[in-house]
Amino acid sequence: MLEKLLEIKDLSVVYHTDEAHVYAVNAINLEIGARETIGLVGETGAGKTTTALAILRLLPEKTGHITQGEILFKGEDLLKKSKREMRGIRGAHISMIFQDPMTSLNPTITVGDQIYESLLIHNYEGKPRDELYKRVDELLELVGIPARRRKDYPHQFSGGMKQRVVISIALACQPQLLIADEPTTALDVTIQAQVLAMMYDLKEKLQTSMIMITHDLGVVAQTCDKVAIMYAGEIIEFGLAEDIFESDQHHPYTTGLFGSIPDLDIEADRLNPIEGLMPDPTALPCGCKFHPRCKLCMEICKTTLPPQWHEGDHMISCHLYSREK
Amino acid sequence: MSRYILKRILICIPTLVAITFIIFTIMSYTPGDVTRMILGQEATPEAMKELAHQMGLDKPFFVRYANYMVHLLQGDMGVSYRSGQSVFLEIIHRFPITLKLAFGSMCIAIAVGLLLGILAAVKQYSILDFFGTALAMLLASVPYFWLGLMMILLFSLKLGLLPSMGSNTWVHFILPSITVCVGSTAAILRLTRTTMLETIRQDYIRTARAKGQTEGKIIFKHALKNALLPVITVIGIEFGSLLGGAVVVESVFSLNGVGSLLLQAIRLKDTPQVTGCAVFLAFFFMMIMLAVDILYAYIDPRIKARYQNS
Ligand SMILES: Nc1ncnc2c1ncn2[C@@H]1O[C@H](COP(=O)(O)OP(=O)(O)OP(=O)(O)O)[C@@H](O)[C@H]1O
Ligand code: SF4
Ligand SMILES: [Mg+2]
Repeated sequence: MLEKLLEIKDLSVVYHTDEAHVYAVNAINLEIGARETIGLVGETGAGKTTTALAILRLLPEKTGHITQGEILFKGEDLLKKSKREMRGIRGAHISMIFQDPMTSLNPTITVGDQIYESLLIHNYEGKPRDELYKRVDELLELVGIPARRRKDYPHQFSGGMKQRVVISIALACQPQLLIADEPTTALDVTIQAQVLAMMYDLKEKLQTSMIMITHDLGVVAQTCDKVAIMYAGEIIEFGLAEDIFESDQHHPYTTGLFGSIPDLDIEADRLNPIEGLMPDPTALPCGCKFHPRCKLCMEICKTTLPPQWHEGDHMISCHLYSREK
Repeated sequence: MSRYILKRILICIPTLVAITFIIFTIMSYTPGDVTRMILGQEATPEAMKELAHQMGLDKPFFVRYANYMVHLLQGDMGVSYRSGQSVFLEIIHRFPITLKLAFGSMCIAIAVGLLLGILAAVKQYSILDFFGTALAMLLASVPYFWLGLMMILLFSLKLGLLPSMGSNTWVHFILPSITVCVGSTAAILRLTRTTMLETIRQDYIRTARAKGQTEGKIIFKHALKNALLPVITVIGIEFGSLLGGAVVVESVFSLNGVGSLLLQAIRLKDTPQVTGCAVFLAFFFMMIMLAVDILYAYIDPRIKARYQNS
């Protein structure tokens, strides 16, 4: 059994805006072992990015509030760390790759210097400048960019190359945990596969754990050991990749997600997306959050929170399964 | 890049021609007679006619204008009606004072405007932000001449701290510089706050935070450089309004700069001197704007690339 690297316990995040309180993440639990890759899957607005930002304590200071829970990283609660201690962890122990590579690099600083900055911030051994720049070259080559392009600016790079630079920034200090927030959605389909494959190789080589945030089940199937399905700020199903992709037992929402992937084998007139919309996170429904869209909804679902059903690592939060047992 | 600069300098020429034409027209068709100004109230009509003939004032407007332009394009701004001295030399002689005033007030405007603008943005909705925004509004609405007079009343007459006239030492420039800079300070403050607020919401700022960078470095290394671009343009434009403000403020504080020279020349209908001053100030302003563009390219690599390609 792999030791636990990150444990999220009962975490809730609320955004307080002028108009309303947005309940973005609601009492989620998640564990990540060393060298594991976990897929965090869900529709837009499910609270995936919010979860990731909460781990790094990068939620917008005035609006985003963690209202309960613990985030244990190697046994220590990140929520109890000082700002200074958190800065020591960001980039060095936990790194994040953001959704859009087009905007995540500073347009007025060369890519080399942006990688160098990461190294410099955590240069506790006081390595000399040349050595750090040599490492910048190595990192660029590692992600498949010729080192001579170190002095180029982000606008001279394509989207895929920018994302490679972002990845090399994230990996610069060899973090134990990498959070990749939809690293490929902004890229061309052909480049998506390349970048994903590269990320996977690097992660294996550097023995990094990874949280792969995506709404693409194909990406999850390619890269993840375990999968967490998120809906309206809750993790409604969790399991090993086999549990999610091969088992017959699923949360109705997960079944719906699979249904929305066009299947070439089955003759279908149209795609089969889940009807309805994600509930408004400022006014979440009672009971099971999915009940307004669920075809199998029962009376109890409308009033009572569904219990968690477990079988091995597989967890489903739905009344259907508690009935069976 | 150097081709771009040359192109920009050549573009100045039509602008300058337009400026001279407008000023020449205004000076020609406003009432008042130079010959009377020179010869005094007692002058006989014959003497005035004689002088007008000597000065070429009896020729048609277009001939006079063409004449002036031919000389100007050869670098000759003519001689002042009032003093008989070269217009250019008179300007050059007085320019250092205007320049000191403009630079002094620009420095204050940039220092105060940038600093308060950054603080207001970083501490949005705080007391500081409120104070900065209120100050900007107040400064933007104060007229120069009124503020100048009030400051003379307070600091020179009441408190006796600072001189109200003259230009011998830098102390003499304190009150006039503060007076001229208020409008520009307000403009720079407001714009810095806005662009800074926008910049600190950008994704690359979040990337920098995710690296573990400190807030100070994030503001000054990552955000400021990007937020500065629009601010620099406004600083250039404000330089123009400073030169304009100097015209008024120089006379309030009895400074012998190009501004007071211009006012004096207008009063005497000294057309070559007025046109000369205007052309000079306009050209100076255009060079500042060119410098701003070059600075832009220096800060933003994307713009530099565009210049090099064109
Ligand atoms: N700064 C914010 N202020 C207020 N509400 C926010 C803020 N950021 C996110 N939200 C809300 O919180 C909820 C969760 O957002 P989040 O960005 O975590 O979703 P996501 O799962 O990452 O979606 P996507 O796939 O679109 O990236 C959404 O309803 C969103 O509108
Ligand atoms: S708890 Fe009820 S409403 Fe929710 S998913 Fe299960 S069956 Fe559907
Ligand atoms: Mg997101």
